[in-house]
Amino acid sequence: MKALLLAEHDNATLKAATRNVVTAAIQAAGSVDILIVGSACSSAAALAAAIAGVGRVLVADAPQFADGLAENVAPQVLAVLDGYTHVFAPASSYGKNVLPRVAALRDCAQISDAIAVLAPDTYARPIYAGNAIASVQSADPVIFVTVRPTSFAPAGDGGNAGIHAVSAVGDAGSSRFVGRAVAKSDRPELQGAKVVVSGGRALGSAENFQLLEKLALRLNAALGASRAAVDAGYAPNDWQVGQTGKIVAPQLYFAIGISGAIQHLAGMKDSKVIVAINKDADAPIFQVADYGLVADLFEAVPELITKLG
Amino acid sequence: MKVLVCVKRVVDYNVKVRVKPDQTGVDVANVKMSMNPFDEIAVEQAVRLKEAAVASEIVAVSCGVAQSQETLRTALAIGADRAILVESDVELQPLAVAKLLAAVVEREQPQLIILGKQAIDDDANQTGQMLAALRSLPQATFASKLSIEGGWAQVTREVDGGLETIAVALPAVITTDLRLNEPRYVTLPNIMKAKKKPLEVLTPAALSVDVAPRLKTIKVSEPAQRKAGIRVADVDTLVAKLRDEAKVIT
Repeated sequence: MKALLLAEHDNATLKAATRNVVTAAIQAAGSVDILIVGSACSSAAALAAAIAGVGRVLVADAPQFADGLAENVAPQVLAVLDGYTHVFAPASSYGKNVLPRVAALRDCAQISDAIAVLAPDTYARPIYAGNAIASVQSADPVIFVTVRPTSFAPAGDGGNAGIHAVSAVGDAGSSRFVGRAVAKSDRPELQGAKVVVSGGRALGSAENFQLLEKLALRLNAALGASRAAVDAGYAPNDWQVGQTGKIVAPQLYFAIGISGAIQHLAGMKDSKVIVAINKDADAPIFQVADYGLVADLFEAVPELITKLG
Repeated sequence: MKVLVCVKRVVDYNVKVRVKPDQTGVDVANVKMSMNPFDEIAVEQAVRLKEAAVASEIVAVSCGVAQSQETLRTALAIGADRAILVESDVELQPLAVAKLLAAVVEREQPQLIILGKQAIDDDANQTGQMLAALRSLPQATFASKLSIEGGWAQVTREVDGGLETIAVALPAVITTDLRLNEPRYVTLPNIMKAKKKPLEVLTPAALSVDVAPRLKTIKVSEPAQRKAGIRVADVDTLVAKLRDEAKVIT
């Protein structure tokens, strides 16, 4: 058995989640090659080749791959698929966008958001916002899986895989990249952060989220938000933690002014330690919190920042 | 321009499902069913395109059990013009649904196909992408903004780092994210009107699609429960616990 891993990258660097998917792919298939589809992406390829346990790195390098458009990436994956029993990608916005397109072109099903490898053809995955876990077995000739990165340990460095150029398939011409609005931040990335500070609707305004920024700065934490806070315009959409947003599992998660709807819990309940601060003593968030503080966040958070020093 | 919207009947998002004791699935007997919330956003978007005179006809499609007709009636009440149900009692997995929708797309030849980005029951997030692949159409997934101009759709997508804007040539497949719009409430007069709108029922066999499941669910179990935590009296106690007991801060 041999797995192909579709890496997520920005041509210069490899997204950290790729390392977690390497671990899952090796657990499932025993060996893994990484495919980089990009433009002027040799430094991303070099980073992939240095990951421990990677067999080969295949690189499809062409201008039409610069921005990861699914119409161009999917046929490229299909073109190198011969000999692979599995295809893996992270369950990120990139992997979710591209991999089902490849699976359908190959007439295979996909297993989305795997959280455990039970057998080479069998995976555990959450359904109903994580209120149930399904064990799913594939009978297809190629098994397509997107992996929840937080459920697998990241593979380290120490590898020395050969890098092989593959011929690039042409531009499909049916889509084009227009632009990107990506917030630049010195804080850690939400999905890889060791500490996450999330705020809910109780923050009341975008300005009040600055209070959480101070706490996040002290803890070197990423900032998150509930759907209610994002819908209200208090926080940007890419901060949303939950069933349909980001799934996080940090060492420490602060839920501040978040009531704890099941859709939010689906995105954070695998965190190691959960702290909830909410003035409603009956908020469901307290049922999953390791440490619950019933208090007004506008008093408790400044005090917390002071006491942390 | 004809727009096709695809809707799924799912357990209502307010229902907390329970795993069956025999671990064969979740208990959906006597549970409230609704239109998948992302699909409601898809229907709303199609109706707004029609109100803006960009779309001329809206066809709502669903694949599933006979009761999915109720879901289609809701789509008709929001403003779709007619509906198609591909009726099947078989468990329809995303690839099978994508194949059924591809057959409907071939019949109907819409310029735009709008679906929810994921269904809140199986959380698969696959059908739109698979449909686009099967029909060799471009896709714009996780849309939070959509405009149509000169045979192209410009779509702002919610991606991990923020927002990304792409343009896709029509016909194209769009999947909706939460911020695309806020669906309207359905009014009683529109519910009454919807009852008179045409609803056609097809079968997978009539569309020559093999819908046999490719994935076998071996079991469905309860997720690991978190142990109940403690309440702390004040911020001092919280800081002490995090430092000395959990050892997660320094």
